[in-house]
Amino acid sequence: MEVGQMQRRLLEYTKSLFMEGVLDNQFLQLQQLQDESNPDFVAEVVSLFFADSERLLNDLTRALDQPTIDFKMVDSHVHQLKGSSSSIGAERIKNACVAFRNFCEEQNIEGCMSCLQQVKQEYCLVKNKLETLFRMEQQIVAAGGSIPMMELSF
Amino acid sequence: MNYESKDTKTDLRGEVFKMWLNCWERISGNSYYIHHLYYQSIGSKRVRETWWRKVLITWLLFWTLVSLWIFWYMSSQATEKRREALGSMCDERARMLQDQFNVSMNHVQAMSILISTFHHGKNPSAIDQMTFTRYTERTAFERPLTSGVAYAVRVLRSEREEFEKQQGWTIKRMDTFEHNPVHKDEPSPIEEEYAPVIFAQDTVSHVISLDMLSGKEDRENVLRARASGKGVLTAPFRLLKTNRLGVILTFAVYKRELPSNATPNERIEATDGYLGGIFDIESLVEKLLQQLASKQTIFVNVYDITNLSQPISMYGSNVSDDGLWHVSTLNFGDPFRKHEMRCRFKQKAPWPLLAISTSIGILVIASLVGHIFQATVNRIAKVEEDYHGMMELKKKAEAADVAKSQFLATVSHEIRTPMNGVLGMLDMLMDTELDVTQQDYVRTAQASGKALVSLINEVLDQAKVESGKLELEAVSFNLRAILDDVLSLFSGKSQDKGVELAVYISDRVPETLIGDPGRFRQIITNLMGNSIKFTEKGHIFVTVYLVEEVVDSIEVETELSSSKNTLSGYPVADRCHSWKGFKTFNQDGSTSPFKSSSADLINLIVSVEDTGQGIPLEAQSRIFTPFMQVGPSISRTHGGTGIGLSISKYLVGRMKGEIGFVSIPNIGSTFTFTAVFGNGSSTSNEHNSQQMNNQPNSVSSEFQGMKALVVDPRPIRAKVSRYHIQRLGIQVEVVSDLLQCLSQIASGKVWEKDTSVSTLFVNNLRKLGCGFQSKLFLLANSISSSRANTSTDGVSIPSVIMKPLRSSMLAASLQRAMGVGNKGNIRNGELPSMSLRHLLLGRKILIVDDNNVNLKVAAAGLKRYGAAVVCVERGKKATELLTPPHQFDACFMDIQMPEMDGFEATKIIREMEHNFNNRIRRGEVSIEAYENVSNFHVPILAMTADVIQATYEECLRSGMDGYVSKPFEAEQLYREVSRFFPPIPDRSP
Repeated sequence: MEVGQMQRRLLEYTKSLFMEGVLDNQFLQLQQLQDESNPDFVAEVVSLFFADSERLLNDLTRALDQPTIDFKMVDSHVHQLKGSSSSIGAERIKNACVAFRNFCEEQNIEGCMSCLQQVKQEYCLVKNKLETLFRMEQQIVAAGGSIPMMELSF
Repeated sequence: MNYESKDTKTDLRGEVFKMWLNCWERISGNSYYIHHLYYQSIGSKRVRETWWRKVLITWLLFWTLVSLWIFWYMSSQATEKRREALGSMCDERARMLQDQFNVSMNHVQAMSILISTFHHGKNPSAIDQMTFTRYTERTAFERPLTSGVAYAVRVLRSEREEFEKQQGWTIKRMDTFEHNPVHKDEPSPIEEEYAPVIFAQDTVSHVISLDMLSGKEDRENVLRARASGKGVLTAPFRLLKTNRLGVILTFAVYKRELPSNATPNERIEATDGYLGGIFDIESLVEKLLQQLASKQTIFVNVYDITNLSQPISMYGSNVSDDGLWHVSTLNFGDPFRKHEMRCRFKQKAPWPLLAISTSIGILVIASLVGHIFQATVNRIAKVEEDYHGMMELKKKAEAADVAKSQFLATVSHEIRTPMNGVLGMLDMLMDTELDVTQQDYVRTAQASGKALVSLINEVLDQAKVESGKLELEAVSFNLRAILDDVLSLFSGKSQDKGVELAVYISDRVPETLIGDPGRFRQIITNLMGNSIKFTEKGHIFVTVYLVEEVVDSIEVETELSSSKNTLSGYPVADRCHSWKGFKTFNQDGSTSPFKSSSADLINLIVSVEDTGQGIPLEAQSRIFTPFMQVGPSISRTHGGTGIGLSISKYLVGRMKGEIGFVSIPNIGSTFTFTAVFGNGSSTSNEHNSQQMNNQPNSVSSEFQGMKALVVDPRPIRAKVSRYHIQRLGIQVEVVSDLLQCLSQIASGKVWEKDTSVSTLFVNNLRKLGCGFQSKLFLLANSISSSRANTSTDGVSIPSVIMKPLRSSMLAASLQRAMGVGNKGNIRNGELPSMSLRHLLLGRKILIVDDNNVNLKVAAAGLKRYGAAVVCVERGKKATELLTPPHQFDACFMDIQMPEMDGFEATKIIREMEHNFNNRIRRGEVSIEAYENVSNFHVPILAMTADVIQATYEECLRSGMDGYVSKPFEAEQLYREVSRFFPPIPDRSP
């Protein structure tokens, strides 16, 4: 595949992520932080985010499985997840976390469970999309092209 | 009550007094009670109700008793009166009867003397039957009560025969059976003595020759009469012949004069004969009563009550007794017989109407009063109930108000989030390569977006104003730049409408002021927004002066207030009137308050003048009330929340100023407010050229030394134009007409600009100005007029500058026209990042966040500006690292962390710093060891995702210096960081 075409595809794809609300402005800022001195910054942060989120999700699943649920702990986990997801601009996870925390406050177990499922789903979605994105970027790099910056014209 | 007291005045005085007393107690009790009512809780309501019911019933019972008593009293009075009347009537009749009887009796007595004189005293007798009859006949009027008189002579047994012979008839016996009509004229049996009637009046002539002693009553009578020597009456009996009730009065006739104390035997001895008068009581009494006027009203009965147990009716019918009767005794001169008269009313007593009506009246009044009390009590109860209801509603309304505020806060927060995205994107767009026009578009878009955010903030502000939580900042700002901004915000709208928009700021207003630019801008935006909403033609003109200027120079006022001399030529409302009510102006004369403070405090007076439809007079009073608009149609036509003016008023108040307006319908409104700011350029004037805002002065050098000529027939507009061009550093001259202009140009200067007069001028100019260097600019008000110009112009198209004039726009247009390079222009978005780089380069910064991802992102963000970043994940770790002495320049701290949160960590750090500083001060630690840092205070900024007032306050409480939102936003970061880090020395001016 031609490099230019790949670049175009990447742009299209990135744009679709924004349109779907999977990512937001913050991700662009993250990309801006990446420069020559720190070429893999986005990937590093994102993988950190994945590791962190998976740990948190496991913790959450376990916490909600307990016969007596420690809502305070659940809340702090969700807070963490919300913080990190808003840091990388994973907007839909963040929104799900907001709802999650509301249920936590109400101590609504059913709500929490359904929110956990939703967060998990969103997480998988983001993970897939971002992995695809990075794969495309790597392909471009491998093909000798440069990664185009997102145009701010949508 | 009066009525009643009048009626019973004399007798009831005591009673009435008591009643009044009672009443008074009641009333005062009531008032106390009413008073008391308001302090009683709902719980006692039932008690009160029953209490009132009892009082009411008692009241009614009491008055019922009173009225009954009055009824009884009055009717007894009436009965008494009636009884008295009856008594007097009865007595009168009795007396008359008695008198007449006495008259008759006296006459009968006189007759007896006549008889004793002329019959017994003479021999032969001078009186015979004939004479007697005639005499008695003629003297009958003297004896009104007698129906007849007769004389009987005493005849002893021994004398009978002689007597019979002499008289020529035998003595006859009277019939013992009185009711037997048949007379037995048989001779009387032999008796001891006889008393035959010898003379008789015609009416009773049938009794002649009858023996009086043979009749039962007559005999008794005769015997008693001769024994007593007085007139004696019989019991009433049926008279002979007439068969009517009657009595007979008998007098004895004596032979000789007897002493008054003669014994009965002597009297009997001396008796000669007996004179009897017959009283026909029935007819006589009737005759008598007929002479009296009021005979009809009463019944009269006359009784002989000699035998008390068996009174003998002498007169009157025996009508059934109705209770009320009067007895008068009659004395007919016979001590043995007793008579009495009984009177009764013919009619029954009339209904005691007066008493009935009086008592009913009292009852009615009392029940009315009771009703009033009842109504009052009910009313009070109802009002109280309503009051509680209202309280309830009020509570609900307040709760709803709180809910509303919360809702507003939430919604505005939610809207702000996407708006921040839009604004961020625009920010980035500005960073890209854009030409001047594009840049202006973007800037306008950004300004509009910010205005939207500020509108949302306005709604939040209202909530804050309502809870009194609004805080004003005190930072330095450029007033002119702010007004340019606001102007550009409204320029699109004003161009669409063809309304001219202009700003004039007096030269004496300092470049930099210290105050709250956001709030100032908000006021201006509100006022201008209103103006532009309601103005369809003409202009909107914002002027800013120092208060001293306005007060001192009448010139300023007169110049601007003359009606024709306005920006667009339309008449305006005289703005002098808009500040009439201001306190600062009322205490003028000395005007000292401004002058004394003018060194470091700047008193601004800002007017926004429009030629719109004005505010209707009836709406002017409530113009500053929140959510109040002129009318419902206004909000439909123009939209808006209606809180702008009330917030403005509040803000002006907070800026120690006043706001006022004058408005003439269909001419326009002028809003004026004053505000007090700090003087930001008091330190050095050079500072003016080093604006943080890169607005006008960045380009000023390019135009330095140029000259411009402004041609405008309207001095105010020319003044505004001059003000804007001067800001670019261009010398300006103003002429009012074209001829002058041409001569000025002929003298050969670089020049520019004009009004939107016409192409005629351009043609003239072209004829004249061949090798002439100057550029021609037209100042156009709206797109349509500029197009008209360009189309008619044809050849040499002069540049058209759209109004409103703003220095950036002006500068850009000039640059384009004159070919001054675009490149020298500093790009807008670069400023914060560049400045941040300056500020943060080489700084050692600690970031504390338990979230790895956040930590990494924040670190990268700061590293981008050249800072040396250390990351830790725990608050505890941070406290260790920040134990003085240390080398950190700042710390960014997450608030919510496990184990030790940001607030706690900050508190610990501040504690440690405090201790350490104390030790330095005491000399325990030498300052030199730590790079001469005498006072450790590391700036700690909170990193938080939800930026709300409460969080901010808590940050400050726990010793933090500020906060940045997470993720970092360049401008905010710059603002916060610049507060702590002095600019790097070699770069600062």
